[in-house]
Amino acid sequence: MTGSDTLLRVEGLTKAYPGVVANSEVGFSLRPGEVHALLGENGAGKSTLVKMIYGLVTPDSGRMVLSGQDFAPDRPATARRAGVAMVFQHFSLFDALTVAENVALGMEAPPPMRDLARRIRETSATYGLPLDPARIVGDLSAGERQRVEIIRCLLQDPKLLIMDEPTSVLTPQEVDILFKTLRKLSAEGTAILYISHKLEEIRTLCDHATILRRGKVVATCVPRDRTARELAELMVGAVLTPPARAATPKGEVMLEVTGLSAPSPIPFGTALKDIRLSVRKGEVLGIAGVAGNGQDELLLALNGELRSAPDALRIGGQPVGDKGPEARRLAGLVSAPEERLGHAAAPDMTLTENALLSGAIRQKLVRHGFIDWTKVRAFANTIIRDFDVRTPGTEVAARALSGGNLQKFVVGRELSQGSEVIVINQPTWGVDAAASAFIRQAILDRAAGGAAVVVISQDLDELLEIADSFAALNEGRLSPPRPVAGLTVEEIGLMMGGAHGMEVAHDAA
Amino acid sequence: MMRLEKRATPSRAWSVATPVLAVLLTMIAGGILFAMLGKDPVAAIRTIFWDPLFNPQFAAYSRPQLLVKAGPLILIAIGLSLGFRAGVWNIGAEGQYVVGALTGAAAGLALYPMESRLIFPLMVIAGALGGLLWAMIPAILRTVFRTNEILVSLLLVYVAQALLSSMALGALRNPQGGGFPGSRNLSQWASSANPELIAGTGMHWGVVAAFIAVIFAYILLQRHMLGFSIRLTGQAPRAARFAGVSPRRLVILCFGISGALAGLAGLFEVTGPAGQISLDFAQGYGFTAIIVAFLGRLNPIGILLAGLLMALTYIGGELAQFMLGVPAAAIQAFQGMLLFFLLAVDILTNYRIRWAREAS
Repeated sequence: MTGSDTLLRVEGLTKAYPGVVANSEVGFSLRPGEVHALLGENGAGKSTLVKMIYGLVTPDSGRMVLSGQDFAPDRPATARRAGVAMVFQHFSLFDALTVAENVALGMEAPPPMRDLARRIRETSATYGLPLDPARIVGDLSAGERQRVEIIRCLLQDPKLLIMDEPTSVLTPQEVDILFKTLRKLSAEGTAILYISHKLEEIRTLCDHATILRRGKVVATCVPRDRTARELAELMVGAVLTPPARAATPKGEVMLEVTGLSAPSPIPFGTALKDIRLSVRKGEVLGIAGVAGNGQDELLLALNGELRSAPDALRIGGQPVGDKGPEARRLAGLVSAPEERLGHAAAPDMTLTENALLSGAIRQKLVRHGFIDWTKVRAFANTIIRDFDVRTPGTEVAARALSGGNLQKFVVGRELSQGSEVIVINQPTWGVDAAASAFIRQAILDRAAGGAAVVVISQDLDELLEIADSFAALNEGRLSPPRPVAGLTVEEIGLMMGGAHGMEVAHDAA
Repeated sequence: MMRLEKRATPSRAWSVATPVLAVLLTMIAGGILFAMLGKDPVAAIRTIFWDPLFNPQFAAYSRPQLLVKAGPLILIAIGLSLGFRAGVWNIGAEGQYVVGALTGAAAGLALYPMESRLIFPLMVIAGALGGLLWAMIPAILRTVFRTNEILVSLLLVYVAQALLSSMALGALRNPQGGGFPGSRNLSQWASSANPELIAGTGMHWGVVAAFIAVIFAYILLQRHMLGFSIRLTGQAPRAARFAGVSPRRLVILCFGISGALAGLAGLFEVTGPAGQISLDFAQGYGFTAIIVAFLGRLNPIGILLAGLLMALTYIGGELAQFMLGVPAAAIQAFQGMLLFFLLAVDILTNYRIRWAREAS
């Protein structure tokens, strides 16, 4: 304990980028052992704020005081030496190296490997984070990779631990394990700065919350005293209506997958094993799962980028397992991959050209191989109008659009094609609340119009909101789909594979 | 401090202006080079760029040479540009050019001395097929065994050159040539000749084919789905797979088109300006065409202009050597500068320069 009752005080922190003020006069303070939430939508400025504390970004003005001393880290090493550690949302680990080697790479003066492995085992036992230092990182689940990052931080004995959206890659059971660890750290006097937009989590874990909106602090509160709804309204600054849905009678099976197995085309990817599912007209099937359990591969196998046996996949009864994306579009299946730039859209091409990219066949934009650009432009304009894409026009490069607008364009392009089967991976990833609500409503509208929809997402709340039936991917296997009504969080967690890697903990103990 | 900032959309104005800027910078740097060699820089630049076309003394000879040299460059570069846009790297056009000339000449010579209007078209087809088949070797090796097409296509150039020598000395040697290496003169046999179509212009069937190729490539890239697939694959390979483009099919197609066009260029050369299969038939058009393709920013109209410009620097360079005694190496350095400056200023299309003091 430092004796002072404030560990970190932040005052008037401002950071502007060309065209946007990411943080404006942000201030808050943190006591030792406090779990403090930074709450806000995507783009509210949470990441910029913690990057300034971690020395990755230099503020334009304002000051920080750490343990009673002026604190102005110019790079992460300075911040680490002062006792600040950070676990990023995206891990920086080498797949081909072991856990211990990865940890050693992040240290300034790593001890001999044998000592390091022993310390990793000790720390993992102390904080209840099961991890074997000898395993290759490429074989670990997302939750285990996160533990590598956390243990890498804990070995520095930090006074302040920053965690950026740590639960987005975890099953509910893994979240419980993580929370136990964080509470233990907090009891030992380590302060934790916790970034999230998941409200229930914050209400369970955090002592205080600072709420950011458009780069400004709009409120501070004790999250336990507030309802999730109140927190959401503070965060968004408006009252949001949940998507409306009509109970539609479900029709015949439009998409049927039986015994689909395929190796992953992605290095260190997850092979699909014996996938079985069927989706009926008007039905939305939600597929959950921790990142890296075969979501990308499943999308590729459904949209035809990854082929399988002809009978493994039927669209409207037609066997198309061995056909490519064009044939499947013709048969009635459209898809939107997770990665907007580079996969769903070509970054340097215009919106018109990107409309052609997947719209060519169903919209009949091509005759005898020749492109009807007038028709393509009209199609692009329809998408822009119907899906409220904010853009100066159709002749703008896709990469010039913001993430949310491009997502509306990509989802809009697929939903506008009047197809019978729609597959979408992460429909609202990195999209603000208003656009997310819009996209979910659009998906529900298409289902009400008779389409069979598969939504793959890591956002459980989203799936529970829009799906009729629910399944989870775990190490490339899909659990049998079940109706959403009556599912408990506990059951969902077990479908997602419970807590990955717990067996290692028993070995180590 | 100078900083580069990525543009939201590539600048159209700069993509047109950069080639002009590159030529100007080359003139300045080249002028300095010539001055350091003790030559009058203005005279040297004028000899290279102006005299071949307008000098009253030489222009009558050198002006037709412009199309004679530009024709094969443009024809080959158009084919290569399609592959380069899709990320398919055919570096072996020189080999396909040689093999096209060999197969085309062989098809004609097999019928010698028959007189028929059908012989020349037959040779044209044989030439295109020869180049196409030679290009299929790296294409198939890449699609089936994932070999590197750059290496295979390049190395096949040397195989093709060895083949050329053996043909010039063996199977295709002129039986009435007194034992000298080299085939019969195809430009002097009416059935196979590829003559100058309009006197004093240098225009022959190969130049016509080059112009047709430019138009064909322009329409393909602007209006046709195959052209779109080519551009998409080059810019965003994963998006291309999402769209349903088969990468293998595209590799085969790009190599097929570029090989066939290079083969055609070889055939038109051997029946026209060169006249015969000889040991020194390969003049490096296939390699220079790579430069032409990039100088023209892989755009058909750009390639047309770049081919003419490149031909001009060749003719002008020879003239400068001959008239002013500028060394051949300096001329080559000058041509190298042109490519260097073009690639260097190219960055302005996608980036803008910001002058800012570093905040420290």
